[in-house]
Amino acid sequence: MLKLPIYLDHNATTPMDPRVLEAMIPYFTENFGNAASRNHSFGWHAEEAVDYAREQVAKLIGADPKEIIFTSGATEGDNLAIKGVYEMYASKGNHIITCTTEHKAVLDTCKHLEKLGAEVTYLEVQPDGLVDLKVLEAAMRPTTILVAIMYANNEIGVVQPVKEIAAIAKKHGALFFTDGVQAVGKIPVDVIADGIDIMAFTAHKMYGPKGVGALYVRRKNPRVKVTAQMDGGGHERGMRSGTLNVPGIVGFGKACEIARTDMAEDTARISKLRDKLEAALSQIDESYVNGNPAHRLPHVSNISFKYVEGEGLMMGFNKDIALSSGSACTSASLEPSYVLKALGLGDDLAHSSLRFGLGRYTTEEQIDFTIKAVTDTVLKLREMSPLWEMFKEGVDIDAIQWAHH
Amino acid sequence: MAYSDKVIDHYSNPKNVGTLDKASKSVGTGLVGAPECGDVMRLQIQVDDATGIITDAKFKTFGCGSAIASSSLATEWLKGKSVDEAVKIDNMDLVEELNLPPVKIHCSVLAEDAIKSAINDYRKKNGLEELVFEERIH
Repeated sequence: MLKLPIYLDHNATTPMDPRVLEAMIPYFTENFGNAASRNHSFGWHAEEAVDYAREQVAKLIGADPKEIIFTSGATEGDNLAIKGVYEMYASKGNHIITCTTEHKAVLDTCKHLEKLGAEVTYLEVQPDGLVDLKVLEAAMRPTTILVAIMYANNEIGVVQPVKEIAAIAKKHGALFFTDGVQAVGKIPVDVIADGIDIMAFTAHKMYGPKGVGALYVRRKNPRVKVTAQMDGGGHERGMRSGTLNVPGIVGFGKACEIARTDMAEDTARISKLRDKLEAALSQIDESYVNGNPAHRLPHVSNISFKYVEGEGLMMGFNKDIALSSGSACTSASLEPSYVLKALGLGDDLAHSSLRFGLGRYTTEEQIDFTIKAVTDTVLKLREMSPLWEMFKEGVDIDAIQWAHH
Repeated sequence: MAYSDKVIDHYSNPKNVGTLDKASKSVGTGLVGAPECGDVMRLQIQVDDATGIITDAKFKTFGCGSAIASSSLATEWLKGKSVDEAVKIDNMDLVEELNLPPVKIHCSVLAEDAIKSAINDYRKKNGLEELVFEERIH
């Protein structure tokens, strides 16, 4: 029996793997020690658990355990990386390069630094969502201290040419930071092979708990430092003060270990379901897959169904299927997704998009149900859509003088 | 966001979806909103020339559930009303009936605009002066 509702919003968060929960439980009650308590066994146990988790996390991304700084999540990681580099390398320059499709935690951090004197270049992406390397190269300046480009995008799932970006940054003497939230645990990420200097990622996007993440900070070639953004006990090599979230960290470690061992199998299974979903929904007239299909996360599909509005579309099945829309009709602003607009999509297509995020527990039965529900709703709403009728009659919708409000 | 039962009902079983002959002199058509804003409503009325009574009303809407419900309800209310009565339909009546939350009030405003625009289209076709409505901030 198909159990409803179906969860297809794994880019927002993932359920916790029961194996992760099991690993965490003793660290709430029995082993509750503070990892910084050096003088008794409670502290030693906690520290040992944190060290083990640090190894598990490091191993997933090909890092040394000493290069892992535990944080509260990726928003903190993004802030610490960008602000920390800006402060630490102020004598070298004040220019940062990022792109317009970054997560708000990166964009807003950059905007904050602009007020403090930073110069920030926001690169436009190509219509497929990828950064143009020539444009990046041309944007580099002698004062560029940081290139901040995400590994994979949260809305459309495109995977940036990280290695090439890292090489360009290195060639010009800048550091390369990447927000790896959507990529780590889903596709192979290797900080050495990829040339990453700093990377933020988080547990709850990979079947771990919420409220814990990590910042990878390279220790050699080059040795990277970031200025701490919170003052306190000097934990995490002085870069992030605050008592460690031991159960969270233990869970994060376990989640990383599972991601590493199960990745190939998970990816093979999930990408097959994603492809099935995408192929079926692409059969609908005037539906468009957003983002470069060849450079994309295996579990994400973002599709625009022209002439129907995303929120209205979701209403057709959102009691049974949980997913996300690029339309922002739900928020007070009526602006559709800035990521989709950055691809050059018209507002109509941006308003008409759905993001499908599959996961470890997604089944074929769920996908079949979703295909039917989405298709039926699109067809039903198009019968109700004046734009669809105009399109069918050959009216040029763009030529109409719409009254904007 | 949770929708009210009435919005869900109109969304699931919309009343009066369809198209009237916009070339007909007894049909008034209002097309309001913009695709960029995520809402486009087309509302049409069929008027009995002798009595001035709206005998039929149809809509098509591109938009969220609240926009669909607002236009569906508007067509229900329009049928059987005289054009003069129809002008008086206020967006807040729709808000109240459908229990729209503040972020969805613009959907009801759009429906009211669509009614007025349809009435003016009908008046224009029949040699009547277009009514002037107060500009409102959406």
